[in-house]
Parts: sequence; C-alpha cells; structure tokens
Amino acid sequence: MGLTGIEIFKLLPKTNCGDCGVPTCLAFAMNLASGKAELDACPHVSEEAKEKLAADSAPPVRPLTVGAGDYAVKVGGETVLFRHEKTFVNKPGLATLVTTDEDEASVNGKLERFKACQFERVDLNLRPEMFAVKDTSGDAAKFTALAKKISDATGAALILMSDSVDALKAAATELKDQKPMIYAATADNADALGELAKETGCPLAVKGDGTLDGVIALTQKLTGMGLKDLIIDTGTRDLKKAFEEQIHIRRAAIKDRFRPLGFPTIVFANEMADDLLNEGVVAATFIAKYAAFIVMSDVKPEVTFPLLLERLNIYTDPQRPMTAEQGIYPINNPDENSPVLVTCNFSLTYFIVGGEIESSRQPAWLLVQDTEGLSVMTAWAAGKFNGETVGTFVSKCGIMDKVKHKSIVIPGYAAAISGELEEELPGWTVVVGPREASHIPKFLKEFKPE
Amino acid sequence: MAFEPAKQKYTGSIREVVLGTGDKAVKIGGRSAYPFYTFEGEMPNPPKVAMEIWDKDPNGEWSEVALEPFKDVVSDPVAWAKKCVEEYGAEILVIQTKSADPNAENKPAVEVAEVVKKVVDAVDVPVVVWGVANHEKDTEVMRAVAEKCAGKNVAIAPVEEGDYKQIGAACLGYKHTVVASSPIDVNLAKQLNILLNNLGVPENKIVIDPTTGGLGYGLEYTYSVMERITQAALTQGDDKLQQPIICNVANEVWKCKEANQTTEEAPELGDQKTRGVMMEAVTAIDLLLAGADVVVMRHPEAIQLVKGFIEKMM
Ligand code: B12
Ligand code: SF4
Repeated sequence: MGLTGIEIFKLLPKTNCGDCGVPTCLAFAMNLASGKAELDACPHVSEEAKEKLAADSAPPVRPLTVGAGDYAVKVGGETVLFRHEKTFVNKPGLATLVTTDEDEASVNGKLERFKACQFERVDLNLRPEMFAVKDTSGDAAKFTALAKKISDATGAALILMSDSVDALKAAATELKDQKPMIYAATADNADALGELAKETGCPLAVKGDGTLDGVIALTQKLTGMGLKDLIIDTGTRDLKKAFEEQIHIRRAAIKDRFRPLGFPTIVFANEMADDLLNEGVVAATFIAKYAAFIVMSDVKPEVTFPLLLERLNIYTDPQRPMTAEQGIYPINNPDENSPVLVTCNFSLTYFIVGGEIESSRQPAWLLVQDTEGLSVMTAWAAGKFNGETVGTFVSKCGIMDKVKHKSIVIPGYAAAISGELEEELPGWTVVVGPREASHIPKFLKEFKPE
Repeated sequence: MAFEPAKQKYTGSIREVVLGTGDKAVKIGGRSAYPFYTFEGEMPNPPKVAMEIWDKDPNGEWSEVALEPFKDVVSDPVAWAKKCVEEYGAEILVIQTKSADPNAENKPAVEVAEVVKKVVDAVDVPVVVWGVANHEKDTEVMRAVAEKCAGKNVAIAPVEEGDYKQIGAACLGYKHTVVASSPIDVNLAKQLNILLNNLGVPENKIVIDPTTGGLGYGLEYTYSVMERITQAALTQGDDKLQQPIICNVANEVWKCKEANQTTEEAPELGDQKTRGVMMEAVTAIDLLLAGADVVVMRHPEAIQLVKGFIEKMM
C-alpha cells in the first residue's frame, strides 16, 4: 500500500518469468502498488519479501478485538482522518469503571444499569459494551473474582486494570477465553506483561509517561517481542493535551504509516473530569476525535444515550444514507378500512414514523416510497417526493387492492404536494398529517379515512 | 531520536468578523488551524456560546425542563434577554422571531421588529436576529429590524439564496452583519457568499450558517460539511469560504423526541433534564470540533458544560 512500484520491484525475484500473468516483474510490481494484483500470484517471491510486503499492506491502525461473543468490541482499522473522506469503521467501545474497593451495592447497581442501558434505534441496538475492572489493593483473588462476576453477569468485554503483575496474571489467565484487555504495560513491567499477553493471547495496553516518545519506546519493545494487539494510553489526563496527542497518533499512523503509533487508543474520561456530565463532555470529544476505548466512572442512560447517538452519527457511512425497502408496511394488523400513510425511505424517518404508528396501537398501512434514502423535506427539495412520484408509487404499489377507502395521509412538512397529488390520484382525498411524527398517535386516534 | 509529529500545512485563515458595537462587541473567527489545533496554528478568538430567547412565550412548545430556568421571564422578551445577560453572563444573544411564523401566530412585521428593537436596546451584548426561514416574511421582518436597529450591527439570519437580495441590501444599508444560510452543502455555501459579495456585502460582514441537524437527526451531515468547509478555507485556499460559522443548535436539539420525553414517559432513557442537557452539550461540542465559531444554545447547564469545554481546549 505505502510502498511504490519501484520499491516493491526491488523485493521481487527480477527473473521476468511471466508466471504471474504479466510479462515482467516490474509490471507485476506496478500492479501490486496500485492494488490491481495480489502477491500470491507470484509463486517465486521469497519469504522475507512476503513479510515486508505484508507488513506494508497491513492497515495503518491495527485492527483488534477486545472481548468475545455478543459484546466483543472490534476497534482500529481506520484509514482516514476525516469521516467525509471515507468512513470511520469501528466504533469506540464505551466502558464503565468498577474497582475492588467499591461496595457490592455499588457494583450491582452498575451491572443492572449496564444491562438496562440498551436502545433500539433504526433497527440497531445501541448500548455500551464494556467494563473496566480496577484492582486497588493488589489482592489477586479478589480482583479475579470481581472480574469474573462481571463477565458472568453481563458478558461485557473487560479491561483488567492493575499495578500488580500477579493480579493481572491471575485474572487474565482465568478469563483468557473472554479476551480481556490487559492494562497496562509500563517501562517497569513491559517484559512480564508482554509475556502474559503472549501466553493468554489477550490484547495489551501500554501506558506512557505522558509523552509520545515514551509510548513509542514501549510499543517498539513489545512488537519486538512478537506482540501485535496493542492499545495506547499516552498517560496524559489533560483534555487539551490528550486531544493533541490523539491527532498526532492518528496522523502518524495514517499519513506517515508510522508503525509504533499504529494502534487503537484508550482514553480515561473518569480521570479527566470531576463529575459524570463533564466526563460525558470528555467522552464526546474523543468519540469524534479518534479514541477506540473510553472509560467513564458510571453508566447512566441520560448520559450514555446521547453519547451512543453521537457515536452512531459519527460512525455512519457519509456516502450512503441508511435506507428502508420501498413497499407496503402493515402495522398493528390493518384491514380494508384502516388509514394509509405515506413516507420516504430514509431509515431514520421510516423507523420514527413506523414506531409512532405502532405505539398508537391503531392499525394502519404505511407506504414507504423510495427516495434514495433522503428525508421528507430533503427528498421534496430534490424532486424525489412530490405529487408525481408519490402518486405513481401509490397507484402501483398495490395498496388500492388492500383498502376500500380512498384517503392518503401525507407528512405535514410535505403539505405543498397535496394539490399535485390529488391530480395524480383522481377520486382520492389527500389529508395533510401532522408535521412531527410524535403527533401521529393523537392524529390517528381521531382520523377516519373516507 | 525524538518523535516529530507531522504538521498540517495551512494556506489560509478564517476572517475576523465583529458582532455588535461598543465595549461588548464580540470578535469571532481569525483561526489559522483546524478547530483547537493550536499546536500548529493560531486561534486568537475562542468560540462563543450565544444564548437564545424567543419573541413569544414558548409555553407548550418547550419541554418543562428547558422552560424551568426561564419560567419567570418567558412572557417578556426584554426581561428574558436581561436575565440571560445579567444572570447567565451571555456574551451574545439570539432572538428567534417565532411570532412571525406564517404557519402559526403570523404577527405583523412591524410589531415583530419593535420587540426586537426593545431587546437590542435593553442589552449591551451583540444580538443575532433569527427569522423563520420563510423568504417573504423574513424579508418584511428583517427590513424593519435593520432599519429600527440601525447602528447596532446586529447579525441577521437566516439569509438564504431566495431572499439574500432583499435582506442583504437591508443589512448593507444599515451596516448589519449577514448570516448566510445554505442547506448543508459546501458549494451552495460558497455560492451564497459570492452572491453576497457581488451585492456589495463586505467579507467582514458575513457569517456562514451551514444548517444544523440535531443529535441523532442529521448531525453527521452538518458535522462533515463543516469539516469540508474548514478544509477548503484553510488548506485549499478557498477564500470564498473563509468566513466564521454559526450553528443554531438549541432549536434543532430540543425538537428531537428524546429531548422532550419526560422521565415518566421514557424511564429507560433516564432523567429528562440531564438527558436534554447532555444532548444539547454533545451536539454543540461536535459542532465546535467541526469548526463552529458560535453555537446558539438554550439550557444554562448545557451552556456551562460547553463553556468549560471551550476554556479547557483553548
Ligand atoms: C440532513 C439533511 C440533509 C442531508 C440528507 C439527509 C437525508 N438522508 O435525507 C443532505 C446533506 C444530503 C441534504 C441535502 C439536501 N438538502 Co437537506 N437537510 C437536512 C436536514 C438538516 C435534516 C433532515 C433530516 O434528516 N431530518 C430528520 C427526518 C427524520 O425528518 P423527516 O424525514 O422530515 O421526518 C419527520 C417528519 O417529516 C415526520 N414524518 C415523516 N414521514 C411522515 C409521514 C406522515 C404521514 C406524517 C404524518 C409525518 C411524517 O416525522 C419525522 C419526525 O418528526 C434538514 C434541515 C433540518 N434541520 O431539518 C435539511 C433540509 C431538509 N434540506 C434542504 C435542502 C434544500 C437540501 C438540498 C436540496 C440542498 C441542495 N440543493 O443540494 C439537498 C438535496 C439532496 C440531493 N439533491 O440529493 C432543506 C429543504 C427546504 C425545503 N423545505 O424546501 C432543509 C429543510 C434545510 C433548509 N432549511 O434549507 N440535506
Ligand atoms: S511470477 Fe514473480 S518472478 Fe515471475 S515475472 Fe511475475 S513477479 Fe516476476
């Protein structure tokens, strides 16, 4: 990826045997550089060259997974600095801290709130997925028991935090099938924790001394030991400086392919603010700017939900709005006398409107017109949701065979299309519905199609 | 060898625009790096939080939690404005002329302008007058506002392609600032700035409104269009986009369903006030990170969080 054709050429056998399908090694090298060929096509390439080329084509930010099963968190794999350039691919994991000196009621409260903190939205389940378990006394048995309790009760992905190598060893060995993150290797214990990460196959965080040079020394040492799945904590706890570091790290990884910083990062919002709301401010900053894991001191829906929405927004593919399929959606068992409503196929719109109809408990038919994923007003402004398009869709979709009446409800914001639509649908009554979907239940309770 | 972080090269900077007049005038813009990237460029003027008031009683339209801090003043725009400035330390005030909305109260333009004038006279901080995005009505209202508030350098929003000639001319005539509003599109933002320049509106009198989407309701589009505008302005030398940006945050966020559901209606979403405050604060933070120079906000607690954020990031 990063190497030029000429640089790749230098690594090839230079025999021009043609077995790869092109006449010369140079031509093959050029194809590799531009992504048109796969290295496997050359049967003669040396092991050493293979390794070099593989390392070069590896993603700039190491992809890795913490946790196993349902709550596994995949991070890294990012290739851009700005989401409009391509897309941010792997959402940061959100973690709640529990410590070994916390009383049982407090721990259980967090477990319950974590389990309840799940929200259905646009057909996705939004939820935090991690716990950071912190040992405060060096008591390996107590630490392991707490980590195991949380893992068993929730299935959450874990970050195991301790200053004691023995405590980490006990907990990571016990839970290694759950792939917890081991936190953290420092200049003092890197050898021991490097070994532990190798033995258990768990990802390992490094904690720097507040400088990127310190981080680099650590990741170089550990990659030298053969470790690949590393996570960076720079050690900084000041918002402004941490922000700067996140940018330098991502830039170095992506722009310069600087491997020692090509790892996902972790941010401790709980150590950077004095209350949960301000922790939320820190978390919001690093959801936008590049953290892969964010730890907070508690999980509460009123703080976590806005952050989950933010994460969803920032990590949505900017090139392609999420869409629902065009068609007729029966809601609450409608019959031939039930009202017919029409909307666009932007997922968000469809799920909001569908959700409101469902919660109204009134049977209805929802027609979803393909607007290429544009919302009602956007589609209207773009000429994709007007009298003609809606009229054609309503006539052809088959709803006329399903109902006896001739009324169609349009979104309040699309009031302007009602005249045009009446012309397109002779004999039909076009009813302008409420503007906001939240008023649909009240509307449906009073509305009778004719 | 010590690690040397790569630096972004910037070829342009955002122009400075002054809102208001006198001691409390506020200078925005002037940045020559990405937002808060002060390790590789200048950010002479910290971004500002503007507080919004409505020119009509928002009872029935605002949720209780948003209304609560202003309960005693919402029926009196002047008292409301004063409370924002004196009690909450607002550095910029936004008056939303909701009473003018042809789909609702449809108050005559002169009456609307009179209330605006009273508010402008009652406070010493800069005022932004934000219309209802109806070209005919905004034109009427803003012409009257421009005339009555002559000499105050108010900022008038939203000035769109469909009404820029009328409103732009009024701003030009009475030396007010134009908030050029376009629907989430780099090229349309640029084009409107060019049109305004051609009309004679000087560059130091133009602020961009890129159109704001709320958290969970289109925020991601606004976020990216702002990052693109910022990149074009700072790294691609596009001098037609080198204007400061204002985002009408509260108006969008507090429309969202989840900001309005009460704790009883949606217990799974937790305490309503904190939820609404966090939704507003998170949206503002994202937009500041994307390049906003002014965010228009409502809830005093959300404002406090965001001001704290700006302070730490400068
Ligand atoms: C995000 C956004 C975009 C995104 C697209 C997002 C998308 N997937 O649609 C982008 C950046 C691509 C975009 C582009 C454009 N946009 Co745009 N965009 C917005 C924005 C900020 C939010 C829209 C949104 O997502 N709303 C959320 C969804 C859920 O709302 P909704 O679909 O309307 O559904 C609600 C209601 O209508 C109701 N409802 C829905 N269906 C039904 C059905 C029934 C029966 C009932 C009763 C109710 C109901 O329930 C929902 C919740 O309450 C708005 C401004 C704003 N703040 O609202 C402008 C806005 C819609 N865009 C606008 C414009 C002009 C455009 C462009 C034409 C600009 C241009 N010339 O390029 C383009 C067109 C796109 C194209 N050519 O491809 C204008 C439309 C103005 C108008 N009224 O004519 C707006 C209002 C901005 C403005 N003030 O100028 N846009
Ligand atoms: S197969 Fe390998 S050695 Fe033969 S020409 Fe292709 S690149 Fe060269």
